[in-house]
Formats: sequence, structure tokens, C-alpha cells
Amino acid sequence: MRWINILLGLAVAGILGFYGIRELLADPVYFLELFLGGLVRGSIYALIALGYTMVYGIIQLINFAHGEIYMIGAMTALIVASVLGLWGWHSAVIAILAVVFAVVYSCAYGFTVEKIAYKPLRTAPRLSALISAIGMSLFLQNYVMLAQTPEFQPFESLIPDFAFWEPYAHIITSVELAIIITTVVVMILLGMLIKFTKIGKAMRATAQDKIMSSLVGINVNNVISTTFVVGSATAAIGGVLIACHVGQINFFIGFLAGLKAFIAAVLGGIGSVPGAVLGSLVLGISESFFTGYFWSEYEDVFAFTILVIILIFRPSGILGKHETQKV
Amino acid sequence: MVTKKEIKQSVVIAFWFMLLTFPIMVIKVNTIKNEVIFRWQALFWTGVGTFFASLIWNYFLRLKESKKRADIKDDVPTVHRLLNTPQFRTPFLLAVGVFFLAYPFVFPMYHTSIMISALVYVMLGLGLNIVVGLAGLLDLGYVAFYAVGAYAYALLNLHFGISFWVVLPIAAVLGAICGTLLGYPVLRLRGDYLAIVTLGFGEIIRIVLENWSEFSKGPRGIPDIPPPGLFGIELGQHATVIYIYFIVIALVLTTIFFVNRLENSRIGRAWIALRDDEIACQAMGIDKFKTKLTAFALGATWASLGGVVFAAKTSYINPMSFTIWESITILCVVVIGGMGSAIGVIAGALVLILLPEYLRAVAEYRMLVFGALQVIVMVFRPDGLIKSVRKTYKFERAEK
Repeated sequence: MRWINILLGLAVAGILGFYGIRELLADPVYFLELFLGGLVRGSIYALIALGYTMVYGIIQLINFAHGEIYMIGAMTALIVASVLGLWGWHSAVIAILAVVFAVVYSCAYGFTVEKIAYKPLRTAPRLSALISAIGMSLFLQNYVMLAQTPEFQPFESLIPDFAFWEPYAHIITSVELAIIITTVVVMILLGMLIKFTKIGKAMRATAQDKIMSSLVGINVNNVISTTFVVGSATAAIGGVLIACHVGQINFFIGFLAGLKAFIAAVLGGIGSVPGAVLGSLVLGISESFFTGYFWSEYEDVFAFTILVIILIFRPSGILGKHETQKV
Repeated sequence: MVTKKEIKQSVVIAFWFMLLTFPIMVIKVNTIKNEVIFRWQALFWTGVGTFFASLIWNYFLRLKESKKRADIKDDVPTVHRLLNTPQFRTPFLLAVGVFFLAYPFVFPMYHTSIMISALVYVMLGLGLNIVVGLAGLLDLGYVAFYAVGAYAYALLNLHFGISFWVVLPIAAVLGAICGTLLGYPVLRLRGDYLAIVTLGFGEIIRIVLENWSEFSKGPRGIPDIPPPGLFGIELGQHATVIYIYFIVIALVLTTIFFVNRLENSRIGRAWIALRDDEIACQAMGIDKFKTKLTAFALGATWASLGGVVFAAKTSYINPMSFTIWESITILCVVVIGGMGSAIGVIAGALVLILLPEYLRAVAEYRMLVFGALQVIVMVFRPDGLIKSVRKTYKFERAEK
């Protein structure tokens, strides 16, 4: 079985590599555009996937409402930006305040969702928590739809087109550049948070063994809350960035983005932070090539097909460890 | 009963929620017309609402805790107790029978038509109950199999002119095959992956139906699907609705019969055991994979049958009838009605489908309420409205 897997993998990689090189030689600019587009896509997925993978690592729950947190981040930014815009504030101040509000509110929502829907169910069967998560996601979507509007709303980009970037803008726009840079910065900060701070250490300990870490004096409830807050913050940043990039948002954007990010997290190995980033980039880039060279209308089908293929051949993902179930 | 501390806590929570919902509830922006409306009264109502909601929430949470601490075993729900007393059971079943038999003749066609949709949901709910309630597999793409059935009837009829009664068994087999094919790769894995993969599969089916126009006629859908035939007799519009109504009743009765028999069969007990403890089950020699696959395929079969009826009833289908919302509605029926409990699911389907139909004013809040109810049911009453009763054996000392 193992050899067959490796051979199959090599064969697929060979075919893909052959076609990739052929296309690269045929039209290098188009290839580069697709690659960078995929990188941007992957960066956004990574920002959302982090929340999934961190929460899963700690409480083994697929946080279905995570996509909605991302949507609420984008929505809050839109609201704050338009109110301040109407009051005639300077655009740089608007951009900063919109991002700050989006992050703060998303964190608050993430925190509250955990307290309402997941905390009372911590000892319940996993199915209960999962259904509760789906209910929460449904509730948040409809709450935003009813309180705001079901229509798409145009979102004016908070990131201006920089003048010095003009000569390269046809390959990668300044918004796309900002997305990639922000993602890299967020990843580094997050990596440092997990690796070097006290709360990061507590998170890793809780992920390994909840009971043991509470025995050595870690407040597990606080750690779980912090995880939700951190995940929500990165999702909110992703939400604001994608809204700037796409230029319109509605209450439903969280659903598909959340699903894709989840697929990315599974692809990288759920529970692993570097895995989520790697999986997101792989998914984003391969999606971009697929839509660029094959059928663009089957983009979402492609992502799900990838998910099914990983689950069949390597359910623990690229970087994940194989887990045996314990009694 | 309510202490000072709790009131204080609720006030804090109310303020927290006022702050939390401020941008989305109070400010309404329209970026097209560039206008901003402030709705300050929403802030007030949110505060008042959360204050009382928090009091009630805390009260029930405490109730649940004290019950757990006292280790009170919930006794058999009243519905089951009543149904098991013969003095009540016979007249009750008779009344229900008469009601459903007389329904289409007493009420106008519109109401019959709504009742048909509710009954289709009863069928779908019972089918999903096998998967979610008994076997404990969360299937979020149930609507995909529903679409398989509906399109099977529409397409087979369009191209080959095959009639309803012939398609019904074909669709059932098709549904089972699709269920097996989808279940095969994912059922080996842990349960949460199944939720995502089925969700994805549901979306894939819809996207394919929308884009592959040569096959499915795309978003325009398929019109003029004939109603079921009755030995070649031409039926009027009203008569057709009544006829479909009775077909659905018959199918629902068959479903109830099957589900009831399955629940207490060897495989039904294996499902329930698997749901409760997989590892113990495998140690007892139950083939985990095969048992799960059976549940999944059977659930798909019922969805497919429901789809055929749906296509025959509406006489027009398009991919928009098979969105994720449909799956979630069916899941709500099962969860809120009571996972694993057939009576609960039937009651859940009738309440959740009929109520929004007749209360048009609240229909737009339907999904909001469904979402909130899912969370509330899971937190306070994981067994749903009417919980299922496990078969128990009592040993009594023989009198000497």
C-alpha cells in the first residue's frame, strides 16, 4: 500500500511537473500571474486556516462558526470605514481604525461564541459540539443578514495604490502585495507567540494534555479563550484584506472561505500551525492554476476533490502526525 | 430564586452584548447610496433582551447542573408513557389516522400541498435520523441524495418517458449506490471529517447540476415533470394533489415501519452501539466500516425517494432547490425533534416546516431561530424535544 502511494504520488507529480514546465515556457507572464494570484489566495486561506487548526489542536472541534467570524471582521471594517468616510476623516486614519475595530470585534465575537456554544459542551459527545457549532454559524449568518442586508455591498479598498509600485502593478497590485506582506508578518508574530511567550507554552501544553496541564497550574479555560481570540484576530485581518481585494462583501462570504480554509488546514495536517500555512499555500496555488488552465466554474469542486483525495491517501495531512485513537 | 449576584452578572452580560452588537445592529450602511442610518432603539432592545436571556440561560444551566449532581435519571417522556398505555394509544392512533385521511378532503388544495411538503420532510427526517440519530454520523450533504432522486425522475422521464412508479425503485437503488460510493472513502475516518466531506459533496452536486447544461439543463431547470400515474386514468389538478398526498402518506407509513423494525434489529442495535462507543463495538466483533456504510446508504435511499416525490409534486426542479440550506433544515428537524427518536423527528418535521409556512411574518427569521435552537437544544436538551427510549430489560425476582 505504501509503495503504491509513493508511486502514485510520483506519477502525479511527474505529469503535473511536465505540464507546468510546458505552460511556463509557452507563456511565462501568464504563469507568473497565476502563481502570484495563487499566493494571494493562499495567504488569505492561511489567515483563516490558523484559527481552525489552533482550535482543533486544543479542543478537537471543527469550529464551523469560524468563517462567520471572518465575515463579521470584514463587515465591521465596512461599517466603520463608511461611517468615518461620511464624517470626512483622513483615509489613513480610516484604514487603521477600520482594521483595529475589525480585529477587536472579531475577537469579542470569537470569545463570546466559545462561551455560549462550546464551553457548556466540553464534556459532551463530539457530535453535540459539532451541531452546536453549525447552529452558531447559521445564527451569525442570519443575524448579519437581517441586521444589515442580504445584498452584496461594495467595499472601497482601504489600501491605496502606491505610486512607486506603479511600474509593477500589472503583475501584482499593491493590495495583493499588502496581503502577502501582512500574512508573512502575522505568521512570524504568531510563531513567536506560540514559541516564546508564556501563553504560547500554555497553549502547546493544553493541546497535548488538558488534564495534566490543569494539574500544573494552567488555567485551561483561559487558554482556550485565548486560542479563540487569537484565531479570530487573524481571521479578521484576512477578512479585511480579502474585502479590499475583491471589493464587495455580503453575509455569506464566510461560508465558502471557511470551508476552503478548513480544507487547507486538513491538507497541511490539522492541528499543526506550519501545516496550515503550507496547506493553504498549496491549495491556493493549485486552485489558481486549475482555474487558469482548466475550468474556472469548477473551482470549488476542485478544492473538495483535493480534500477527498487527501482523506483517502493521507488523512493526517502533509505535516500532521498519525494519531491512534485511545480508549 | 434569582440572587443579587446573578442580576449583576446579567447586567454585565447585557452591556457586553450591547457593545458587541453595536456596529451590526445599530449602524446600517448602504455603500451604494452612501448613507448611514443609526437605529438606537435596537441597542435598547438588545440590552433588555440579553438581560432576560442571560437570567433564563443561567437558571437552566443551574438546573442542568443540579440534576447532574443529584444523578437523577430522566424518566420515560410523557409522550412515550402515554403511547404505551392502551387506553390512550388506540384512540390516539385512530384520531391521527382519521385526521390524516380526512385532511385533503376537508382543507383546500393549498393546505394539502403544504402538508405534502411537510410529509416529504418527515420522510427525509426519518432517513437522516438513521444516519445522524442512530449511527451518529453527521451528514451535511443530505440534500445531494435528495437531488439525485429528483433528477433521476426528471431526466429518466424526459429522455425515456419512464413513469413515476418505475423510477421509484430505480431512484432508491441509485441513492444507495451514491451513498456507498461517497461513504466508501470517508467512513474510515473520524466523524468530523465526514461532516465536511458531505458538505462538500452536497455543494459539488449542486455546482455540477448548475454548470453541466447538456446533462441537467443547467440553472433553467427541468419543467413539465408529470405527476404519478394511476392506471392511465386522467386526474384533475385537485385530484392529482390528493393522489400525491396519499402516496406520500403511504411512503411515510412505510418509512416508519422500516425505521421501527430497523431500530430493533441486529444492525440497528449495532448502529446505536457504534454511536455510543466505537472501540468497544469493534471489540465485540462489529464490523465498524460495513455497519456505518449500511447506515449511510440507507439514509441516502430515503433521501432519493423523497427527491422523486418532490419532483413529481412540484413538476419543476432546478438546482436552486438543492442548496445547503435544505440540508441544514433537515438536520434541524432531526436535531430539534430528537436524535434517534422517530416520534420526535415526525413532530419536529411537522412543527418546523408547517409553522413558518403559516406564520409568514416570522418566516424570514426561520434560519436565525433554527440556528439558535440548535445551540440551545445541544446545550440544554441534547436528546431533543422528544427523546428516544432505549429498550431496557428488567429482571424481577420470581415469587416463591
